[in-house]
Amino acid sequence: MLAKRIIPCLDVKDGRVVKGTNFVELRDAGDPVELAAEYDRSGADEVVFLDISASREGRSTLLEMVRRTAEKVFIPFTVGGGIGSVEDIRAIVKAGADKISVNTAAVKRPQLVSEGAERFGSQCIVVAIDARRVQGENRWLVYTHGGSQATELDAVQWAKQVETLGAGEILLTSMDGDGTKDGYDNALNSAVAEAVNIPVIASGGAGKLEHFRDAFLDGQADAALAASLFHFKELTVKQVKDYLLAEGIAIRPAEQGGRI
Amino acid sequence: MIAIVDYGMGNLRSVEKACERAGMDVFLTDDCAMVEQADAVILPGVGAFKRAMENLRVRGLIPSLEKVVQDGRPFLGICLGLQLLFDGSEESFGQGLVPGLGLIPGRVRRFPPGLKVPQMGWNQIDAVRRDPLMMGVPDHSYMYFVHSYFADPSDDSCILTTTDYGISFTSSAAVGNLYGIQYHPEKSSRMGMTILRNFGAIVDDYISSH
Repeated sequence: MLAKRIIPCLDVKDGRVVKGTNFVELRDAGDPVELAAEYDRSGADEVVFLDISASREGRSTLLEMVRRTAEKVFIPFTVGGGIGSVEDIRAIVKAGADKISVNTAAVKRPQLVSEGAERFGSQCIVVAIDARRVQGENRWLVYTHGGSQATELDAVQWAKQVETLGAGEILLTSMDGDGTKDGYDNALNSAVAEAVNIPVIASGGAGKLEHFRDAFLDGQADAALAASLFHFKELTVKQVKDYLLAEGIAIRPAEQGGRI
Repeated sequence: MIAIVDYGMGNLRSVEKACERAGMDVFLTDDCAMVEQADAVILPGVGAFKRAMENLRVRGLIPSLEKVVQDGRPFLGICLGLQLLFDGSEESFGQGLVPGLGLIPGRVRRFPPGLKVPQMGWNQIDAVRRDPLMMGVPDHSYMYFVHSYFADPSDDSCILTTTDYGISFTSSAAVGNLYGIQYHPEKSSRMGMTILRNFGAIVDDYISSH
């Protein structure tokens, strides 16, 4: 049976790992390649790099980081942040990434998703959706530019649209939950998971073991992503996986990672 | 030396780096002579079956691959590289079978409707018979898969492992020194690396006995 996946996320700026709370404050914390290799050894199923460099220098540093990652990390990895064209996708895939994720650029120009899927295959194209709940209602709007700009797009409708365009996976971040450690927004997760037939990665809000179980059981997510929780070792990948296995969820045991 | 066949079907950098980490002496090539001179061959690949066969054909690689297999030299097909070993694929809808290399009897089929396609993620390999390729890989280990089609051998004796994805399909196959695996060992962390090291040992054994 296909396992549910546990995915640590690394926020990267100018080739260094940073971690923000609610997308604003940043705190430097190390070499992304070494950290990703450590996550591989600790039993993570994939790693996501989110690049928040704005400068051109930062972008070329990113490609070098992707190349080094491909040499040292033997689980799939996704690179997102600032990808605006098929040429950007090509450069990152050529450097060795398994998947790329697009967010703002896909909202601006949805054909980027279909062009990317046609050229590199759907399995390569992850669409990241940052969603915020409309207060008091059970619907969510899509935000762009790192969560700073609201759009009129309904998150569930947008998810269905990108699936039609050829997205292989949806990385669904709850802007309300991000950084709070109050748990994933499983109403959002299940609304999207029920609307599409591609995997949904729950993101934003993980703070304790039960949150991962709830994302899979209540949120119907295929994978759960966390950044600061793993980064600051509040929980280890092994603790999360041991807990989920004990809860009877299909999980690749952390021991199948390990020193290579 | 082990030739990794680079025929325009995906980025082979991860495969190359993982083989190097597994201690194998590998090089990337699309040259027939280099393939024919190699001690062993790895045929990776992702993408469309028909285009892959066409890319092999225009490079003149098909007779070279057949020769390596006929000599009994170790050969490892990965993902699409496994599927190409079979007689043909049902990939092109309504246009009959797209011919493959025909080195293992059987055909490549699409997952039935109702399953999420591609299968993408970690799934278990369940042992059917023992083989040096699987040494040190515990039964039911998880491997990383990305595929929409699967190989369906006509003779079950080639099956090393099966995997359950709504249906049970062949995830590892072997006929003598000819191996094919549907999952990506280069993306399967320590367990995938064990399989690559085992293939390296099979190649070493072959070299020392020839």
